Amino acid sequence: MKNVLNRKNIISVIILVTIFFVFNYLISNRIITPYYRTVIYWVGIYIILGLGLNIIIGITGQLSLGHAGFMSLGAYSAAIILATNPTLTGLFIGMGVGILISLAVSFVVAMPTLRLKGDYLAIATLGVGEIIRIIILSMKITNGASGISNIKMLMTWPLIFSFVVLAMFLSINFKKSAIGRACISIKEDEIAAEAMGINTTKYKVIAFMFGAVLASVAGSLFAVTYYVVKPESFGVNTSINILIIVVFGGLGSLSGTIIATFFIGFVNMMLQPYAEMRMILYALVLIIVMIFRPQGLMGSKEVALNVFPDFKKLFKFRKEKKA
Amino acid sequence: MSQFLQQVINGLSIGSVYALIALGYTMVYGIIKLINFAHGDIFMFGTYVGMLSITVLHLPFPIAFIVAMAVTALLGVIIERVAYKPLRKSTKTAALITAIGVSFLIQNSVLAVMGANIDAFPQVIENRYYDFLGVRVNLIQMIIFFTSISLMFILQFIVRKTKLGRAMRSVAVDKDASALMGVNVDNTITITFAIGSALAAAAGIMVGLYYIKVYPFMGFAPGLKAFVAAVFGGIGIIPGAMIGGFSIGLIETMVAGYGSTLYKDAVVYGILILILLVKPSGLLGKNVKEKV
Repeated sequence: MKNVLNRKNIISVIILVTIFFVFNYLISNRIITPYYRTVIYWVGIYIILGLGLNIIIGITGQLSLGHAGFMSLGAYSAAIILATNPTLTGLFIGMGVGILISLAVSFVVAMPTLRLKGDYLAIATLGVGEIIRIIILSMKITNGASGISNIKMLMTWPLIFSFVVLAMFLSINFKKSAIGRACISIKEDEIAAEAMGINTTKYKVIAFMFGAVLASVAGSLFAVTYYVVKPESFGVNTSINILIIVVFGGLGSLSGTIIATFFIGFVNMMLQPYAEMRMILYALVLIIVMIFRPQGLMGSKEVALNVFPDFKKLFKFRKEKKA
Repeated sequence: MSQFLQQVINGLSIGSVYALIALGYTMVYGIIKLINFAHGDIFMFGTYVGMLSITVLHLPFPIAFIVAMAVTALLGVIIERVAYKPLRKSTKTAALITAIGVSFLIQNSVLAVMGANIDAFPQVIENRYYDFLGVRVNLIQMIIFFTSISLMFILQFIVRKTKLGRAMRSVAVDKDASALMGVNVDNTITITFAIGSALAAAAGIMVGLYYIKVYPFMGFAPGLKAFVAAVFGGIGIIPGAMIGGFSIGLIETMVAGYGSTLYKDAVVYGILILILLVKPSGLLGKNVKEKV
């Protein structure tokens, strides 16, 4: 356990704590205006979404287009629970319910569909996302097309910050763990991975469920940031927006996803008045990046400075205990 | 009984549109193993070209039909040459993401030019009904059905009887071997895209006539359903796309007629997942063992 307290970890904790307090000061003293604060929340939510999708697409190599569907599960669970219990506890209960539902749904969906290869999977997950949207649209408790409004705005800087850090911590350790390495081997060469004795379906399902849970958590946070959840907020376009972030940052690069989300959040803010031009620009960038740099801007490289805690030793310790 | 027959008629006419779109998916998949995600948007583009050539250029309907097919075929060629050709040797994921990018690009370009409002497709064909045996058949439905069937026959003729068709079939089986036999692989692929896009434009105009509403995101649902149709019949197999298109059209109208309109889309996507699980190669497909 004492290895946890190595220099790298201490430095990263110090950096994170500094970022937290600096922004906390800036926000509570209104140096960052409420408008920019919303942009920061947006970036936080999309970092969580992007990390989840990157685990599925970048690390495991399975193209999923149903990410927004899982996001909606978390958003609606939180919205429904918050209607009766509008407190932070209510949010956490809603988040928990969302996580359970998305675990169940993603398991049911993943078990059969992840046997499919590449492009079929993309279409199947696209279909799943649409099915979730249609079911939500037709249910009474979700209030159909008009959605649920007047959700209590509970989003604060400490809340988004802690969830983003938690998501980063989980994703980075996922990538480094034995499961993550198995997933990477599936992406590199599925047949070779199978020949090495890796149960490819099992690891694909795990990665898919991991991504779904992160999406669901991000969805719950989305609900308390924007007060309103509507089925139309979780359509294919949202899934593709997340995909753009992941491709931008690099397929397999978690730090790339984080950087790309900041970048896109910034560009969105700048191009706010030109929404259509922005989408055309993103589409062009998506095509050009794929043609000239198919692994994404950062590839699978991570930022050299290891900003986040390295809990490899902790994982090893756990495994020995199991054996 | 007559209600059932009515649903069959409705199903066949919308099914023939799905079949036309599905043909584009299946031909492209057959030849370069790529799901052309942008196909639904090519369909949407075709509808807009058709609409504009009637409303702005005042062309008579049959000529507008041909103009739309030609312009959309050109768009298909440009997409293939600019976006897909450089990616022919890269991973499937990269190609698919590019296709999504192209889809997004077409959608938002049309959105920027035409605006988000819903346009009405000009009603160039008189809305006449024929009643027989208690079933009401719309003139537009008949036109849709017979135009689609004739286009499918023309396509079958091209693929089966002409030199071009032989080239297409050989490239689908083995690119390198066909190149060695003197087939111009690049041109054949480009022409396949052109034909697929032209068929999508034809489908688009007929959907415009039938549903009247034209808007930049209209390509998504029919595109996805046509893809389901292509998979249903066996992707890469031309008769499969036709069978799949008609089946999906029938299933959809049956669900809408006897169940709920809201669920018709969910049922179609459910069928996709079911088919992929039970027989991923589709109705007419053969199981091919993966080569290592």
